[in-house]
Amino acid sequence: MVGDGSATPVLEVRGLSVRYGPALTVLHGVDIEVPAGAVVALLGPNGAGKTTLLRALTGLLPFHHGRVTGGEVLLEGKPVGRANATALVRRGMAQVMEGRRIFAELTVEENLRAGAVTVRDRRRVAEVTRDIFAAFPQLAHRRGYQAGYLSGGEQQMLAIGRALMSSPKLLLLDEPSLGLAPRITEQIAERIVAVGAAGTTVLLVEQNAAMALSISEFAYVLQAGRVAMGGPATVLRDDPDVQKLYLGDG
Amino acid sequence: MDKFLQLLLSGVALGGIYALVALGFVVIYKASGAFNFAQGGFVTLGAYMVYQFGTDWGLPFWLALVLVMLAMAAVGMLVERLVIRPMVGKPVFTVVLITLGLLLIIEQVVRAVWTMPGLVLSVPWGNGRSQLGDVTLRHADLWTMVSAAVLLAAFFLFFRYSRTGLGMRATALDQEAAAAQGISVGRSFAVSWAVAAAVAVVAGVMLVSRGGGALSPAIGFVALAAFPAMILGGLDSTGGAVLGGVLIGLAEVMSQGYLDVSWLGSNVEVVVPYVLMVLVLLWRPEGLLGTRRVERV
Ligand SMILES: Nc1ncnc2c1ncn2[C@@H]1O[C@H](COP(=O)(O)OP(=O)(O)OP(=O)(O)O)[C@@H](O)[C@H]1O
Ligand SMILES: [Mg+2]
Repeated sequence: MVGDGSATPVLEVRGLSVRYGPALTVLHGVDIEVPAGAVVALLGPNGAGKTTLLRALTGLLPFHHGRVTGGEVLLEGKPVGRANATALVRRGMAQVMEGRRIFAELTVEENLRAGAVTVRDRRRVAEVTRDIFAAFPQLAHRRGYQAGYLSGGEQQMLAIGRALMSSPKLLLLDEPSLGLAPRITEQIAERIVAVGAAGTTVLLVEQNAAMALSISEFAYVLQAGRVAMGGPATVLRDDPDVQKLYLGDG
Repeated sequence: MDKFLQLLLSGVALGGIYALVALGFVVIYKASGAFNFAQGGFVTLGAYMVYQFGTDWGLPFWLALVLVMLAMAAVGMLVERLVIRPMVGKPVFTVVLITLGLLLIIEQVVRAVWTMPGLVLSVPWGNGRSQLGDVTLRHADLWTMVSAAVLLAAFFLFFRYSRTGLGMRATALDQEAAAAQGISVGRSFAVSWAVAAAVAVVAGVMLVSRGGGALSPAIGFVALAAFPAMILGGLDSTGGAVLGGVLIGLAEVMSQGYLDVSWLGSNVEVVVPYVLMVLVLLWRPEGLLGTRRVERV
């Protein structure tokens, strides 16, 4: 639905349906496309299924007794099939989970190392760690701290840094601005822009639609497990429905 | 004073054995939340296998020990894969009962395979002792302390610095978040069982050697004393397992040496670990080094 249609998109989701337990279907045939090098926003109200979509993409549904009941996901044009979470990280996906989910009792540095378990080359790990500390000086100063003692904003930066440790092709973020002060949200947004500029493709799930639409090229709106809208971010920004529902100026 | 030093040596050595067994409990508990009652069975089976490889088939002792550690690591992983992994998501009680069943099975296997009574495990240091002033150092105690120290140090280095060790710690804290990083949760479980089973071999051999080499299917009962060691140290703390092990070992040996409470019947020392455990828990419910969780902001 979006993109110039020529290059293979990094991520294609076709008719994806997901069910929790025996009967609760949460996604009903979702179609999404994330072109290479783009920042794509995914908006939607609470309970729309945004997190569920990310779980399905990254192989985490089994942790929730959930499963894909239909459709397919293609990563760089190749179906991912039933690949598990580890295999998907190796294939170039990384994510910043909802609620940050840093390892509270490990140090900042160990959290970053944990993000790099799929990387064999130690030199590469050291390099990327250096880059991340350069991007988030707050973390560099606290590298030996237990991560649980960081502030909320610092924890979010750590979660982003941890996800970047595997040098992913596709970075998925689930509400990185949740519970953060506007100034910190701004800093996070700048980081996401920088990550995109450095060549990583980004799928950004957000409730903060204004922020998400200001830094993305394309956007989708998910409602009750279906894609309700999709298109260039500028078009969605001017859409009266989006303005009324998500940008708070109806 | 000499008596005290004497008991101190013996207590620390016994404590080292408890520490190894308790470490096995804690590693598995941390990784998967499962409580492994079969740990005592690993201890027994390990000691008998070292007897088989070394004493009976004549392989050099240290070679036999290493081979059996590897073999038991494989057994541990197999057990995890075949009977524990399918129980993920089932009530903890189920897993506990399964490991209890496993303990009985292992004991039965040992009784069936090594039917001859009076088997003796030979170790290079035999019944050797050295005299340090008025204190007698039993070589069995010395080797127990050395091997426990080496093994525990190796374990902590592995846990702290290796990728697998880090993956295990991350898995223990948050399985889903660990998986999201590409850490294989299943592998973390498997390795924890391998470590627990391998370490149990050394505990078994040292325990038998302390007792003069006599093998018996009952040596697995050591787990009953390692149990309070682990709880006293803090269920989820590997450092606590070591501390708890040494404390329980000391308490047991000291009470044997000093307490004259024959009106309580003989074998008071068997109860002492549990008394100590209850006292510590009354004071610190999470155990000596157990974590009060760091709050997520
Ligand atoms: N582990 C689970 N088991 C069963 N149902 C679930 C589970 N997780 C989510 N759901 C249900 O699936 C639906 C979609 O939830 P999901 O978390 O994907 O929404 P979301 O768009 O991420 O919402 P939010 O903006 O609040 O994070 C909700 O109805 C929710 O109750
Ligand atoms: Mg969500």
